Amino acid sequence: MLLIPCPWCGPRDETEFHYGGAAHVAYPHDPAALSDAEWAKFLFFRDNPKGPFAERWSHSAGCRRWFNAVRNTATHQLLSVYLPGESQP
Amino acid sequence: MAATGAGAEVLPEHPDWLWRTPTPEASYDVVIVGGGGHGLATAYHLARDHGITDVAVLERGWLAGGNMARNTTIIRSNYLWDESAGIYEHALKLWEGLEDDLGYPILFSQRGVLNLAHSPQDVREGTRRVHANRLNGIDAEWLDPAGVKEVCPIVDVSPDLRHPVHGATYQPRAGIAKHDYVAWGYARAADAMGVDLLQHVEVTGIDVHDGRAVGVLTSTGTIAAGAVVLCASGHSSVLARTAGIDLPLSSHPLQALVSDLLEPIHPTVVMSNAVHVYVSQAHKGELVMGAGIDTYNGYAQRGAFHVVEEQMAAALELFPVFARAHVLRTWGGVVDVSPDASPIVGLTEVDRLFVNAGWGTGGFKATPGIGDCLAATVAHGKPHPLVEAFTLERFTTGALVDEHGAAAVAH
Amino acid sequence: MTPPLFRTEAGGLVDRSRPLRFTFDGVAHEGFVGDTLASALLAAGVHRMSTSIRLGRPRGVLTAGWEEPDALVQVDEPFPEVLPATTLELYEGLVAHSTAGQGRLSTQRDPARYDAMHLHCEVLVVGAGPAGLAAARDAAGRGDRVVLVDDQPQVGGSLLGTGATVAGVPGGQWAEGVRAELEAMPDVRVLTRTTVLGHYDDNYLVALERRTCHLGADAPDHVSRERVWRIRAGRVVHATGAHERLLGCVGNDLPGVLLVGAARSYALRYGVLVGRRAVVMTADDAAYDAVVDLVAAGLQVAAVVDTRPGGAAPHRVARVAELGVDVRAAYGVVGVRTPVDLDLGHTGSFVAGVRIAPIEHGDVVGAATDVDADVLLLSGGWTPALSLWSHAGGTLVWDADRSAHLPGVCRQRVEVVGAAAGQPTLVDLPADAETGAAATSWLVPGEDGARDEIVVDRARDVTVGDLVRATGAGLRSLEHVKRYTTAGTGSDQGRTVGMLVAEVVAGQPDGAAIGSLPPTAARPPYVPVSFAALAGRDRGVRSDPVRVTSMQDWHVEHGAVFEDVGQWKRPWFFPRDGEEMDAAVLRESHAARTGVAFMDASTLGKIELQGADAGMFLDLLYTNLMSSLAVGSVRYGVMCRPDGMVFDDGTVLRLAQDRWLVTTTTGNAAAVLDWMEEWLQTEWPHLRVRATSVTEQWATIALVGPGSRGVLAVLSPDLAVAAEDFPFMTWRDTEVAGLPARVARISFSGELAYELHVAWWHGRALIDAVVAAGASAGITAYGTETMHVLRAEKGYPIVGQDTDGTVTPQDLGMSWIVSKKKADFIGKRSFARADTARPDRRQLVGLLPADGTTRLVEGGQVVAMAELPAPPVPMLGHVTSSYDSAALGRPFALALVAGGRARIGDRLFVTDQAFQTVPVQVVDPVLVDPEGARRDG
Repeated sequence: MLLIPCPWCGPRDETEFHYGGAAHVAYPHDPAALSDAEWAKFLFFRDNPKGPFAERWSHSAGCRRWFNAVRNTATHQLLSVYLPGESQP
Repeated sequence: MAATGAGAEVLPEHPDWLWRTPTPEASYDVVIVGGGGHGLATAYHLARDHGITDVAVLERGWLAGGNMARNTTIIRSNYLWDESAGIYEHALKLWEGLEDDLGYPILFSQRGVLNLAHSPQDVREGTRRVHANRLNGIDAEWLDPAGVKEVCPIVDVSPDLRHPVHGATYQPRAGIAKHDYVAWGYARAADAMGVDLLQHVEVTGIDVHDGRAVGVLTSTGTIAAGAVVLCASGHSSVLARTAGIDLPLSSHPLQALVSDLLEPIHPTVVMSNAVHVYVSQAHKGELVMGAGIDTYNGYAQRGAFHVVEEQMAAALELFPVFARAHVLRTWGGVVDVSPDASPIVGLTEVDRLFVNAGWGTGGFKATPGIGDCLAATVAHGKPHPLVEAFTLERFTTGALVDEHGAAAVAH
Repeated sequence: MTPPLFRTEAGGLVDRSRPLRFTFDGVAHEGFVGDTLASALLAAGVHRMSTSIRLGRPRGVLTAGWEEPDALVQVDEPFPEVLPATTLELYEGLVAHSTAGQGRLSTQRDPARYDAMHLHCEVLVVGAGPAGLAAARDAAGRGDRVVLVDDQPQVGGSLLGTGATVAGVPGGQWAEGVRAELEAMPDVRVLTRTTVLGHYDDNYLVALERRTCHLGADAPDHVSRERVWRIRAGRVVHATGAHERLLGCVGNDLPGVLLVGAARSYALRYGVLVGRRAVVMTADDAAYDAVVDLVAAGLQVAAVVDTRPGGAAPHRVARVAELGVDVRAAYGVVGVRTPVDLDLGHTGSFVAGVRIAPIEHGDVVGAATDVDADVLLLSGGWTPALSLWSHAGGTLVWDADRSAHLPGVCRQRVEVVGAAAGQPTLVDLPADAETGAAATSWLVPGEDGARDEIVVDRARDVTVGDLVRATGAGLRSLEHVKRYTTAGTGSDQGRTVGMLVAEVVAGQPDGAAIGSLPPTAARPPYVPVSFAALAGRDRGVRSDPVRVTSMQDWHVEHGAVFEDVGQWKRPWFFPRDGEEMDAAVLRESHAARTGVAFMDASTLGKIELQGADAGMFLDLLYTNLMSSLAVGSVRYGVMCRPDGMVFDDGTVLRLAQDRWLVTTTTGNAAAVLDWMEEWLQTEWPHLRVRATSVTEQWATIALVGPGSRGVLAVLSPDLAVAAEDFPFMTWRDTEVAGLPARVARISFSGELAYELHVAWWHGRALIDAVVAAGASAGITAYGTETMHVLRAEKGYPIVGQDTDGTVTPQDLGMSWIVSKKKADFIGKRSFARADTARPDRRQLVGLLPADGTTRLVEGGQVVAMAELPAPPVPMLGHVTSSYDSAALGRPFALALVAGGRARIGDRLFVTDQAFQTVPVQVVDPVLVDPEGARRDG
């Protein structure tokens, strides 16, 4: 049970959150201009590092707002949280 | 002392000899990364069927100590799509002769698997799978609640459950095996044919020259290779990345647990996707249960306890008889999940680098099948027909083998 | 009643004024409040408590706690359960029997209740022994919120079973004093009978409190039997103590062989002597202190044999020798004389004498002598209890001076204190604190030098020979040896034997040093925990919330049969006079097509969107154009995932220039709202849109059939209901039966139909009004099954039934709803991929069974041939929906069929229940009113 510091509500139990996978995967500006392979990268390919990982969470049982976090996937330690649109610290 | 077996069924003895602890050589024809079930089975088939014995299996920890030692050992082939049914049924047929092939008692017990339905939609999906299975030559039946009760008397099929049992698919040939025995059977046979099993050697990178894999970088030095085969489950992404290859995988904790030893009470394997329960009773008498996948990416071989608590609540709904069984031990593995819940197997854009990943929760049951097919793929340099559909290209074309939908029965 | 032969005259923490009667293996016994089953049995001279699982040997009790490997007993009354006798607090009327390793579960429902609580604190201290009490007092003194947890009924930990004093005060008394001090503080909570099961990320710990287990049948029904505590702590102190180690010797698995510390606990805490005359074998100094206590309690100790070459510190040897005990260094026990053959009927100690001999470097180097004794006590020193530390991510460091793994570092805020950290204890020590060397060996051969049959793990009957076989087979890792032999997999998780196993493994040719062998991983739970305790209260109706609409009472009153749709209970059909489902559905659907009928559609997901950019947003979500919709109008839409597969469908009402009402399928309501929020917050935060769920703000009735206009006219006399005044796919704000309402002309059946929306709390009033208004027209209630039939007759798909996540709108025959004009919408790019453009994709078609009477099986597979060839049979698709149709007078089906639209008119085959085939004709999926003439009534 991670303790996740929601940027708006403060630290809350993991069970209040919905996981959103990798952060910083922007919807392509012009999907029609992409090749099939480039479109497939957007659809299916995500970073999966062992170590610090920028990911998205939504405080679904709280403020229902999305935010980003950097978490070490090898230890589960949350290293930082930041708002959508902000760059990874 | 002679084992007399006072109460429990006595497990068969392991053989007096298992495998050598060799010193790594500078070069091998084939280096397999990952000494789990898939890596060991692939080495076994390379040596046995293709005469390729200059093979090393590299394992960063102790042999078969990753997901192979952590899974709940369910074996079945009742998958929805032809492609999945093909590889899993091939595996099941091999399971049926594996004890003789390996000369190792693997405790393969074809006690049947029930996949429970809890809603009219579950019934439709289950029926669809039964019909598809039958036409694919896979034994499958649809059971109504009374039929479920007959196969597994301890399931509560009363209609007043919160999510009552509407019926189940039943595959009689499915079952369980003893995971360590399976891994060790492959390891022992591979070792005997000359395969080097190198433990506590961690692969840190893949050595690629001119678009061709020529070796691996390890914690104890570089090992040259004529071909490199990735069989590293949860760690596949990280390793493939060192060769410049992206895999569409995410690695998640998956937890399981065992109970204390109980007198025989549960004769089959029961899985319920809707309420996240799957449970069998192993040979010594312990209940072996799996939980749902933890939602977040994680490599720590550790999950969160609320997942186990939810699983227990769900289990007691279906099996009130388990109330005073005790959880003895919980643990976690790292499963690599692909977008369509089907594996990624075969050649890559790097010559002589083969990938076998994305098995998610299905890896154990596929072990003999993938060992056979992956070995053939490596030996011939082209995909075995049973794994052709599981290419990386499918994510570009869209020809997914989506086992989430109607057959979204985990494990 | 067997008299308690081995109870001391006085002493111990048992309440001798409160006897308890119990039965073990069919024999009645008496113990006292404060006993465990083990102590009460030992008091009666009963040692034998189980039969070993593999070898079938008699086994007794080894320990006095949770680390017990052997004495698992089956409780029969008050409720069946297997527990270690050493942790089972005695109660009146307990009936139990010895086991052979496997427990038996009751087929009766467990009547007890279980619950869970959350707890937050600055400091959690695990273990209320001397170190834990001191740590808790320190933290509390600083004003922290402190929780102190201990698995025993009393605080004191090791002090309860020793004669030690702290600051001159008897240990137990000192501990109670500290407890009183702690409990007087406002922010301190002391939880006894509570065991921490696991230490998880971010200092989250789960503990189990046994609240009424010790009361037996007297446990009050309203109090939970066990409670799970979910504790979040700022800092955690592990004061978890240490486990005494077993020594390996011939006969060490017999009833009558216990750990020294256990014997001391039984004597001092329970007032029970484990025998009359003991031989002690030790590899550690602490056993000498225990001998002093044991002699004082009345146990005769014939000899202390110390396996270490140099034995114990001289002051300890002298102190024990003064008591008349024969102390011998470099000696070991090489055999045990048994009073009987291993006769399974014998229940007392199986020790009648002990053979001791001089040993050197692990070999017997002199003649053995026989010592009369009826109990053999062993101590291999102590292993710090670091399981929780390992759970928390702490590392272990081998300390050769102490021959033990000690805590290294941990990323979490955790510290280890006391015996668990290998620290000196707080208790008053003899003036001379010198100790002998730490043990380097825990194994003594038999008189003939043989070791193979010596039992290492009593729980799993693993011998030295088994371990040697494992290493001989090539295994080097303790994890492999564990799996080869099963050593350490018992309910005790091998706590007392790790060092012994390591020694045997390390002792083999080319074996590593003991300290370099990583110990096997410790995993939660720290002690076995019942499934029921973890399930807690989330069972039965609480296992998943039940959602019902505001019309639920009406449905129940009218005999509805319910279907689970997600968490909702929805009326499936309304049988009349013993009707079966099929008959009811034919009647209901006939009424909807020929008269007037209604259903509760309140579960339909409803999301209100507000904001200037809502239209633009909807254009991105839906495959068709929404922004052009006029205020007052309604449009049907489909949304896809980015991969182009259908995700949900429903209608969109434009309420105002900047207000929209989106309806979703019942099952997807939450997912669609989440979907919207995700895109709005993470991709398009510049869009001025707010999304709010209003599913439970609006109660909805679908009023359907040629007669619906007439009924609506009665309900809403001020509303112009003529087709030209109130056209299809428009909505009106009005009153229905005097209730403020929104009425939309939407049809999911092809018939003239209206959706009547009123405030949720007016649901019952609405349904009563509709029934009253329609009474003269014979209005009929229908359920979800009829709804499904009516829509299927029109070829309308149900997302999740006719789709499975692999179906595009084009596959459903809905190319018309996929905008060609819009630059982009979610999923659009995927339609251009090779696979989504294939002509042989599975497409939605209708199927008519050729015989006109067979109802196809939903899920049946579609094939091209009547006679199935040998597998694998090529499959073209499957039946997604299949019904009897009142309108068609025959059964029909919808199916996804490869290249299906091109096959319309073809004859194909569908598998039936017997896996034979049924011939079918492929038809357009719109079977009723393909011209759409009926929707205006």
